[in-house]
Amino acid sequence: MSARETILGRLRRRLDGPLTPPVSDFSVMSGRGWSREERLRRFTAWITSVHGEVIHTPRADWTQALARVLADKGIRRLALGRAHPVAAEARAALAEAEVTLVDADRPVDAWREELFFRTEAGLTSTGGGVAETGSLWLWPTPDEPRLLSLVPPIHIAVLDAEAIEETLFDVMERHAWGQGMPTNALLISGPSKTADIEQTLAYGVHGPRELVVLLRH
Amino acid sequence: MSVETPGVQTPGVQTFTPQAFHRQAHDALGNPQIRANFRSAMDGLMGKRREAFADWELEALRELGASVRLRALAQLPTLLERLEANCQANGIRVHWAEDGEAACRLIRELCEARGAKAVIKGKSMVTEEMHLNAHLETAGIEALESDLGEYLVQLNDQTPSHIIMPAIHLNTDEIADVMHDKTGIPHTRDVDAMTAAARAQLRERFMAADVGITGVNFAVAETGTLCLVENEGNGRMTTTVPPVHIAVTGIEKVVEQLRDVAPLYALLTRSATGQHATTYLNMISGPRKSDEQGGPEEVHLVLVDNGRSAIYQDDELLDTLRCIRCGACMNHCPVYTRVGGHSYGTTYPGPIGSILMPHLMGLEATKDLPTASSLCGACGEVCPVKIPIPALLTRLRREAVGEGRGNVPGAGSKRTKTEAAAWKAWQWLATHPGAWRGAAGVAGKLGPLTPGKLGPWSDHRVAPKPARHSLHALVKRHRSTIEEES
Repeated sequence: MSARETILGRLRRRLDGPLTPPVSDFSVMSGRGWSREERLRRFTAWITSVHGEVIHTPRADWTQALARVLADKGIRRLALGRAHPVAAEARAALAEAEVTLVDADRPVDAWREELFFRTEAGLTSTGGGVAETGSLWLWPTPDEPRLLSLVPPIHIAVLDAEAIEETLFDVMERHAWGQGMPTNALLISGPSKTADIEQTLAYGVHGPRELVVLLRH
Repeated sequence: MSVETPGVQTPGVQTFTPQAFHRQAHDALGNPQIRANFRSAMDGLMGKRREAFADWELEALRELGASVRLRALAQLPTLLERLEANCQANGIRVHWAEDGEAACRLIRELCEARGAKAVIKGKSMVTEEMHLNAHLETAGIEALESDLGEYLVQLNDQTPSHIIMPAIHLNTDEIADVMHDKTGIPHTRDVDAMTAAARAQLRERFMAADVGITGVNFAVAETGTLCLVENEGNGRMTTTVPPVHIAVTGIEKVVEQLRDVAPLYALLTRSATGQHATTYLNMISGPRKSDEQGGPEEVHLVLVDNGRSAIYQDDELLDTLRCIRCGACMNHCPVYTRVGGHSYGTTYPGPIGSILMPHLMGLEATKDLPTASSLCGACGEVCPVKIPIPALLTRLRREAVGEGRGNVPGAGSKRTKTEAAAWKAWQWLATHPGAWRGAAGVAGKLGPLTPGKLGPWSDHRVAPKPARHSLHALVKRHRSTIEEES
């Protein structure tokens, strides 16, 4: 008999007999009733508390805010996609700027060294935000692959204020995640961190040491 | 069922075993450094957990967490089949292993099929449980831990002392020495500098690794999704950079629906470290698709039983399998906080270890663990999925002395004829009032003759002396005096 059949058989022939599944009441996960302002306030407060940086910008001027972030942080090499409107608008706005735009929409194997050691920041869009925990959610695509938000030392994420929902549970339900998931879905709350050395917080241990959220209104 | 060979077998390095719990606990209690490291860490964690739940209807949330886990366990075989089918539909290859040894063999064969020499690992307690690294090493495959705490513990030839914070027993000075001695960086106490050094060292290793191996926090049957909870990003690296990802999980980690992840994630991060959310919740539902730019070409899921289906048989013991491995029970345990994680000599230390390890290793080896508790109840009160840990500890105490159902391996191995006879006699006396009064009277008269030394019991206590007159007798006399006066 295979290990599979042995294990399943043992579980099915349970000594104390079959079990009855209880019904779960999920009401505590939802229905916060926060206004748009409250959602914004909570999102900003929580993501800032874990070392995330939030920059508010009018939607029409967001690429200027991006250019200022790049200038302030001395970023000269920015990796980004091409097809997503966020990437397309950024490319158009930065065409004349003194920033090298690194194409992220190509097989990682073709530019691994460049990605790991010579790219200073990655720009991505986001699916939305979670007010309760100060989180961003991302479904990486061939245009914006999953390492773009992980490998460069700085991750710049673009989020629309109206895409901030109350809880993770709400996001999963409203966007029907249970109906089908992408290869990789991510919830990101702040830059990479560790407290493994005597409880002292240190940032950027494996992933980005800075997370900048361009919050578009 | 596999019996573990406990501890790391490196020459010159201390090996801890559950059989030597008493000596190890004694040594740890006499070590001010260990006492200080754990005390400060656990105090911090308890405070952070309390704050993190401040805004919540905590009881409603714990109730939900418990029901999610129970609902999964109630349908476990069906959900495992659904998980397998949905993972396979997503392109994930699913394997089953009856015990740790079979799982190790299976993983080694997957590595060998790719000609792998270098494996990078994300944090995984189940692979600690089966001593995977040592197994791979015998096949000439190097397995390197990438979680910073696990990396430090591995450099120091040790095992984790806490399931969430593996290197909690080391302080900054000790870590500075390890980083200098084992990786050759200039000696520094600067945490940022040490972290940056580890980042640089491990980046090279991520790129060179043939296979990435991780654990799983929640496996979703409905969508065939593997969820990994972490702060560092090493889990994302391990599951994205190497061409092969092997996820290893105990069969109990399955949940029915994707929505079930939301309450468990909320409970896990707050209970473990007092965080509202970890930096990353990484949800994987397959290998890279043909149009995708990165991610592993192969994803494997190894479902490990290793004693879990035996625990599953018993209505009371079943609750053990609800655990989501947050570590809150150890953070709040007055015993764990004082003796530290290594004293237990097992993969999982603290209260959860004391109710889980007897099933994995047998009670003969672990019989002292269920008694390493004052039954204060803190573990049960903080458990995010409401596991009645104190009740399970007493159940295992009964099993150890042969007074339970006898369905735990090694049941009865702690039974001694003298102790059993003493309790039988006490039980008879306590249920026969006449005999009890007679015995109490005799004990009171012989009180002065009671020895001052009563074995280990009086090592740190004054031996009790039976009172000359029992409470019963005193009350009786008091009553008669009152009656005479009135």
